[in-house]
Amino acid sequence: MVLAMAAVVVILLIAFRASHTVIQVTGFVMMCGVVLAMWFVRDTLPREIPPLLVVDGMAALFTGLIIFSVLVVGLLSYIYFEEREENPKEYYILLFLATLGSAILTISRHFVSFFIGLELLSVSLYALIAYLRNRNNAVEAGVKYLVLAALSSAFLLFGMALIYMETGSMEFTAIAKALDAGGASVLFIMGLGLIVVAIGFKLALVPFHLWAADVYQGAPAPVTAFIATVSKIGVFAVLVRFALAIHLQQNTLAVTIFTVIAIACMIVGNVLALMQQNVKRLLAYSSIAHFGYLLVAFLSGNAGVGAGVFYLLAYSITLLAAFGIITLLSTRRRDADELSGYRGLFWRSPLMAAIFTVALFSLAGIPLTAGFPAKFFILTAGVQQHMWLLAVVLVLTSVMGLFYYLRIISTLFAAPPITPLKERTLHPFFYFATTASLVVLMVLLGYLGVYPSFIVENVREFLLIH
Amino acid sequence: MILVLMIGILLLGGIACWLVAQRSAMAARYVALIAVIMAFVIPLGWFIQNKPAITGANKWLVQYQANWIPAFGISFHLAMDGLSFLLIQLTFLLGVLAVLCSWNEIRERSGFYFFNLLWTLAGIAGVFVAMDLFLFYFFWEVMLVPMYFLIAIWGDFNRRYAAYKFFIFTQTGGLLMLLAILALYFIHGQQTGNYTFDYFALLNTTLGGATGRWIMLGFLIAFVIKLPMVPLHNWLPDAHSEAPTAGSLILAGLLLKTGAYGILRFVLPLFPQASAAIAWWAMLLGVVGIVYGALLAFAQTDLKRLIAYTSVSHMGFVLLGAFAFNEIALQGVVMQLLTHGVSTGALFVMAGMLKERLHTRDINQMGGLWTAMPQMGGLALVFVMASLGLPLLGNFIAEFLILMGSFPVNPVLTVIASVGLVLAALYSLRIAQKVFMGQLQVVSERPADLSAREWIIMACLTAAIICLGLYPQPVFDLVKGAFFVTGYQLPVAGVSN
Repeated sequence: MVLAMAAVVVILLIAFRASHTVIQVTGFVMMCGVVLAMWFVRDTLPREIPPLLVVDGMAALFTGLIIFSVLVVGLLSYIYFEEREENPKEYYILLFLATLGSAILTISRHFVSFFIGLELLSVSLYALIAYLRNRNNAVEAGVKYLVLAALSSAFLLFGMALIYMETGSMEFTAIAKALDAGGASVLFIMGLGLIVVAIGFKLALVPFHLWAADVYQGAPAPVTAFIATVSKIGVFAVLVRFALAIHLQQNTLAVTIFTVIAIACMIVGNVLALMQQNVKRLLAYSSIAHFGYLLVAFLSGNAGVGAGVFYLLAYSITLLAAFGIITLLSTRRRDADELSGYRGLFWRSPLMAAIFTVALFSLAGIPLTAGFPAKFFILTAGVQQHMWLLAVVLVLTSVMGLFYYLRIISTLFAAPPITPLKERTLHPFFYFATTASLVVLMVLLGYLGVYPSFIVENVREFLLIH
Repeated sequence: MILVLMIGILLLGGIACWLVAQRSAMAARYVALIAVIMAFVIPLGWFIQNKPAITGANKWLVQYQANWIPAFGISFHLAMDGLSFLLIQLTFLLGVLAVLCSWNEIRERSGFYFFNLLWTLAGIAGVFVAMDLFLFYFFWEVMLVPMYFLIAIWGDFNRRYAAYKFFIFTQTGGLLMLLAILALYFIHGQQTGNYTFDYFALLNTTLGGATGRWIMLGFLIAFVIKLPMVPLHNWLPDAHSEAPTAGSLILAGLLLKTGAYGILRFVLPLFPQASAAIAWWAMLLGVVGIVYGALLAFAQTDLKRLIAYTSVSHMGFVLLGAFAFNEIALQGVVMQLLTHGVSTGALFVMAGMLKERLHTRDINQMGGLWTAMPQMGGLALVFVMASLGLPLLGNFIAEFLILMGSFPVNPVLTVIASVGLVLAALYSLRIAQKVFMGQLQVVSERPADLSAREWIIMACLTAAIICLGLYPQPVFDLVKGAFFVTGYQLPVAGVSN
């Protein structure tokens, strides 16, 4: 599977001289190939590539999620960049490199591969965020991300070095062994703290979230979707693997720290989102809150992994659908990110508004959409581990979240302003394909909301493969 | 199976309305009407045909169970007993009337409107028959979202504010309930090793003092927000007065009943000790609701707000009766649910008709309408009298039974509650006086009297309230089993303090 992954990227590197469309189609086919390959190699799992990588059920799940998200992001990108008439070839290379980085993160069990994956991801993201050079926002966002990401990499390296100094190993399992033998020293805890800072930055956890809103707003819509899903899935995967290896959830200090972070995420994310007028910024803050929810699953240890995977799946589908709508509604000059632009969308184009509404309901966790069972499973995991404080905060902040999702929804259904002229669609086929895939996403959301047991069973099966 | 059919018809009918409306709005109306009538007739026909005997041992009329998410012990379990049957019939009766009374009122986007209307009804019906707590929560939310749209899109001037408030209040309660459901699920699982959300299994859970009380509070808060109980009633006047007529009808007639149903079905049987422990407080708040609601109703000038506050007052009786823990009071509570649904529903329909004609809800701008609309005036008088508890009409029976049942339990509170009846007379008569008596204020054009469609609506409601008042025995027979056989014993003399 790793080979399949690499092959995709290599082939695309060769293909970059061809036209936009060709790249698009090739990329699409390759991604489908990877998904198929995953299906076939499932029986041969787990496979280890010592000492750096391990491909087990969890890795396969997270990678599958990443590939799925990239498929959609790729589709969205085509229509987005074609309308902007910039040269998008390098864009795809960067996109797939970033994907590769993210995929490496999911299968790494060694600090070296962890760091390589993370850097691959971040370096590609610097460029991706600032890809539309003639937009001020984009450049600003890119630079912001660059500075902060470089800083967090430094933190990560320093933390790794400290842990290496203490335990004499960079492999997760070996660290765990050394830890069992010697207990956690001050330096080890410090190293851990520094790593948490770096990961917190990547996941935009409070208090390392300051970049999120600006970057979400400045980056092109498909790239924002990419940051919100693919990069976060990868980092979350490595966090889970690392934590499970060293039994982080049994360390009281670590649990306290993560509890505080989770609560801060839920509260800060939701409060900041309340009054946003910009849809992309709003989604940024809401995603901070969502990762707060996800940490609740993370904190419940082994039991929560299944819930976490399901949550990430629901969350990715939802966000992709939402950003898909933003992409389709964006005009040549600017992204459709002002809330006022969505006024009365339901009466102008009911389909788009319906998809957006379903996505928002899913984010809010209303039944009949995937967000509901997802939140339900997380709550279940939390209640099972008797984390009452977190569960109650989750519930109360969800109510807060409801307020701003409803605000968007009621805007969608408000009386429409004077209808602006419809822009001619440049690429009817791709426009159609994108819309169709968004409809598929919406149906998936509904399906997962009403009948989640199929996915739940499969996730369980996969997680049993060690 | 008929339960699935009944809910399925509504859901499909809703989608059909939406699709059909692109061709013609009229067709959507008829589709909606036919769907609700079918949903109404199916359980009724089934009931008449089978005449199931409600005896002590077999109180469940019909059941349906299928696997849903087996990994978590969640099943699609529907069941109907006498209580559910009555409330379902009330749901669809008011549903039919809701479709009829939005016949001319809704002129734009009627397809989407009827879609929301039917889905709300499906959610409410689901709430009344769900016997799996997860499924119950699911339906609880399904009825909420379309209702939000009904208020937010087709409501009056201040609709967005009202819709927010409605949604956030109920959702807060709902999520607390979800938390409580989960806690119950795990406690039951740890006790028996069988992790399930099934109502009948969970009934056997034994709960310790503090834990039981917290979990019970989670449920209770969700239900008393819906009911509404006084400190949490804030959303109700706004939502009721801003919603379109059919929306107010469903809100007052049905949504409030889901809260009461939840208390009867879940809070009391699942947590007998914990609810006995707070019974005094619940009764106190019920009485506060009765008096406070009545006083506020008397002070309103907006007709719909006035009626909304009378709901607060009437629902206080429900709370009082439910926590009196004896059969007479509980029978009265069920009766109150039905009669309040009919009578308040009728008043809201009337308010809607007046608004259609006069374009105002302000009762100071009305007056003397009897001369212009004698038919409507006469019918209005019936429901005003019902609302103040005149004998022969259903509400009298309900309130009488509740007071009779709660008197031995807590004489002081019952006496105060009876004072509420006097206040009820005050605000009810004020409606009749201000709107229909006195000088005719509208000079420009004489408002027309009832049309044939409106006659049908009002005739149904009038017949229902008079039947309930004259011959309530069938209702008592139907719900007789509901309180005692679920495996819980009413805590006798558990009310202390």
